[in-house]
Amino acid sequence: MDYRLELRNVSKSFGEVQALENINFQLGQNEIVGLLGDNGAGKSTLIKIITGFYQPTSGEILFNGQKIDHLTVPRARQLGVETVYQERALAELQTLWRNIFLGRELTNKWGLLDVPKMRDETYRLMNQSMGFTSSAIDPESYVRTFSGGEKQGVAIVRALYFDAEIIILDEPTMGLSLKETARLITFVRDIKRAGKSAVFIDHNVVHVYNVADRIVVIDRGRIAGEFITRDITLDVLMEKMIRVAETGNLD
Amino acid sequence: MTHTDESTHGASRANRKAFSLKRFARTYGPQLGILGVFFGLWIIFIIAAPTTFLKPQIYNAFMSTVPFFAIMAIPLTMVVIAGEMDLSFPSIMAMGMVAFLLTYGATPGIANISVRVMLSFLAALVTGTLIGWINGLIIVRFGIPSLVATIGTQFFWRGAVLVLSQGKSGTLSYVKESFLHPALVGKIGGTFPTQMIWLIVIAIVGWVLLNRHKFGAHIYLIGDNANSAELMGINTKRVRVQAFMLIGLFSAFAGVIASFHVVYFWPSLGEGHLLSTLASVFLGGTSVFGGTGTILGTFIGAFIIGAIEAATVAVGLTGFWTELIYGLIIVLSVIMHAYLRKRAE
Repeated sequence: MDYRLELRNVSKSFGEVQALENINFQLGQNEIVGLLGDNGAGKSTLIKIITGFYQPTSGEILFNGQKIDHLTVPRARQLGVETVYQERALAELQTLWRNIFLGRELTNKWGLLDVPKMRDETYRLMNQSMGFTSSAIDPESYVRTFSGGEKQGVAIVRALYFDAEIIILDEPTMGLSLKETARLITFVRDIKRAGKSAVFIDHNVVHVYNVADRIVVIDRGRIAGEFITRDITLDVLMEKMIRVAETGNLD
Repeated sequence: MTHTDESTHGASRANRKAFSLKRFARTYGPQLGILGVFFGLWIIFIIAAPTTFLKPQIYNAFMSTVPFFAIMAIPLTMVVIAGEMDLSFPSIMAMGMVAFLLTYGATPGIANISVRVMLSFLAALVTGTLIGWINGLIIVRFGIPSLVATIGTQFFWRGAVLVLSQGKSGTLSYVKESFLHPALVGKIGGTFPTQMIWLIVIAIVGWVLLNRHKFGAHIYLIGDNANSAELMGINTKRVRVQAFMLIGLFSAFAGVIASFHVVYFWPSLGEGHLLSTLASVFLGGTSVFGGTGTILGTFIGAFIIGAIEAATVAVGLTGFWTELIYGLIIVLSVIMHAYLRKRAE
């Protein structure tokens, strides 16, 4: 069976800076892969290549075994990639419904917005998918008034609405309360149960260990190693991560 | 943020439709603010100069002259919401008319004046749109701040106008024989100026484009957070170029109607409209930082700007007072908008 997503010898440089070097990365069908690495290791660059935001300097990207040239953000979305960005990618001066449909507004063939439908869908999503019941959350609310967890909820609901096959979560627990983090972990498990795939990026080794089937460690733009989560204990993983940070080698 | 009573949570579905004064004020605050300023000033004008402001003539005069810059203030609102600026539109007004004159001069073979004038009119619109496109390209391709880029193009196109027209002004008396003259600057029923109809149509189309079309949605998102817009797959460069093309198009249109109105071409056409157009946009509550702003606010802002000059004179002050009162009202309104925005958070 083909991988859901595969990167072959992908490199990316920004001028003189080599951000990624010969990355070979696979995401299986219905697999949750945890991506670990220190700040500046290249995690964000890697996911921005998968989402079509950056084009790789060299290498190939394959979706379901098919090579895709010139991957762009709209193309990646067509292929079922949805991303919850570290920076959340929200427009805070705009209303909730405009944020949910950011860049993919429901329109008729003349490009006119179907505002009532977007409002209703937003309301349904906030209630059913995210369990937002606070009456302060309304499709017409402005996103700047939301808490960190609520903003994260908006970013996640947005990824879910469009029937993603691959969900990428970039540092999703950043700035969340304990309760909100627990809800997020449940959400990642739901992705698995729904038969979809995900790439989960986090600083927190414990979070990644708890939800990922496989863990890929990135260091200084290269893949330093990977583990099947059930073959390794959390303690050993922690030790290895510290060793990578110090020496650049896992063992 | 405020959390309402726990007991209301179950009823949130009902709450959604219920009228909330707070939310209404939050959503429409800037428009209500500028409407308040508008009616407040109107009442002051009526009390201070009832003989002028209770007669329809003064309103016909406003409707005849305000559209010249208000028509440009509508697309300028979109440019500013997108977080950009355009200072070159007064020169585009004049360049559009140069294209008009050149086309008219080059088509003596066309016997039908209406056809010839129509062709020249289209040439003006195309020229304006092209100049807007060039502005946009300079800004997105080279990453030059639009304020700086359009200071440059403003001089360049004014220079082009002077070179191409050899600095000469001239009569347009022939346009009166074309159907386009009454269609653009005629008087309906002998009193109501046609350009006001054009302004209303452009304002309505502008509102739909900004609030009910994908283009407008992207304009707001780019001005709010260009990085988010790009991550979510919006082609921010293309949308910004389109916004500059729109203001180019409508500047040329405004240049034609302003020239038709006086049946004369001046190479300095548009020079008096820079600040009144910008003031209409900011008076109307559009944020210079981008991401927020309304067409209604700009529309009302333009009429306040248009009324101040007439009012200062009608009230019995000398013309010297006009600019002082302009400045005062603009500064106070912008402070009001800043205050309303803070309150809404």
